[in-house]
Amino acid sequence: MVAKPKVAFYWCASCGGCEEAVVDLAEKILDVVAAVDIVFWPVALDFKKSDVEAMPDKSIAVSFINGAVRMSEQEEMARLLRRKSGLVVAFGSCAHLGGIPGLANLTDRESIFDWYYRKGPSVSGDGGAAPATKVTVPEGELELPEFWDAAKALDQVIDVDYYLPGCPPTPKLLAEAVGAILSGKSPPKGTVLAGTRALCHECDLNATKPAKLLISDVKRVTEVVIDPKTCYLAQGVICMGPVTRSGCEALCIQGTMPCTGCFGPLDNASDYGGKALSYIASIVDITDEGEARKVMAKVADPAGIFYRYSLPKSKLGRRRARRK
Amino acid sequence: MALAVEKSEASTASWEPRIVAFFCNWCTYAAADLAGISRVKYSPNMRMVRVMCSGRIDPSFVLEAFRSGADGVLIGGCNPGDCHYKEGNYKTMRRAMLLSQMLQDLGIEKERFRLEWICASCARELQTTVNKMADDLRRLGPLDWKGV
Repeated sequence: MVAKPKVAFYWCASCGGCEEAVVDLAEKILDVVAAVDIVFWPVALDFKKSDVEAMPDKSIAVSFINGAVRMSEQEEMARLLRRKSGLVVAFGSCAHLGGIPGLANLTDRESIFDWYYRKGPSVSGDGGAAPATKVTVPEGELELPEFWDAAKALDQVIDVDYYLPGCPPTPKLLAEAVGAILSGKSPPKGTVLAGTRALCHECDLNATKPAKLLISDVKRVTEVVIDPKTCYLAQGVICMGPVTRSGCEALCIQGTMPCTGCFGPLDNASDYGGKALSYIASIVDITDEGEARKVMAKVADPAGIFYRYSLPKSKLGRRRARRK
Repeated sequence: MALAVEKSEASTASWEPRIVAFFCNWCTYAAADLAGISRVKYSPNMRMVRVMCSGRIDPSFVLEAFRSGADGVLIGGCNPGDCHYKEGNYKTMRRAMLLSQMLQDLGIEKERFRLEWICASCARELQTTVNKMADDLRRLGPLDWKGV
């Protein structure tokens, strides 16, 4: 019997939703299990780091790693899996672009520790405690991972072969990706395994998008009852469809929520937030400066909206480091 | 896209701010040209990039400039109503409003990113704008962007 290709799944700084996406393969997971050997999957199977260390280098065919890289331990695991794997796939928005944990780059380690261990209203005691990398307990000295000043996407730490975008990637894209890689029909290195056009192209509401889309006001989803049959942008609701990679089949929009951009930028965009900001500002049809200022001010928290999933991979990457 | 803004390595004592300027062909660039012809001197801290319209300036150009070592970015365009392409400068105006806020959220002071309407005959206004911006940046100090 020919040995089945070995596959590993790992999670770094993530919510577990990407693991859920694997489980969401439902019956298809049996096809996957029939085709591959899952040799490491901490969320579901009891293998240890030492088991991975014992494997020969490059013996794992593909490692799917989800989550941003936030702590030294995650970097260590990512490097270990890189060494043991032929291919590494950054799985999900966080590994691809930094994702939601990447929004921590709007602040820094010192501010986070200050709030959660000293100044926050729920902190009691002397407030002197803060995570340390070494701590002595009666049983001996314990070593803890180091919390970094900024969160990073996977390819800012290790070499990545493919990206599966999405928060989380859809089971369909995962099944297609596994199929493509296992069949030997691997796309060029660095490919984002989803669509190549903007989301609007696969959105049912695209037919209702006016040829020249102009809006006179920006509305938040909480302010308006969305008509589910008309392009949300035409209703003044910010939808990232025009600047976001397709592949999800407009799932959120089908659920009456505008696109928030989890599939990230198209191949030719160098900075997702810059493009998204530019697009929204362009379609607001107001020329009077004072009026325009009022409407643009309704785009609350532009850094958070436009870099929701991609701050670590943006041009600036993070909030400016505070001066000492 | 490489803007080739040399990284500041000088000591703080000899440090001078670097301003990357994007000027529209029809108004602000013409004003800079006029300033040259008229010998209207302005602060030499500015590196100028000519674009056909201020509407051509993708926000990512501004972000790239800051990342590559600029201490400030100045955009110059035609006055409202004067755009050679009718509405390019209005788009720039709205983009700059959002971008300015976004940059402030990322810790970049609002004095470091400016949008000014400077007409083709406004060499003096250009002089005042560039000098004022250079002074503001000297007060703020180097941006010294580190990234992730």
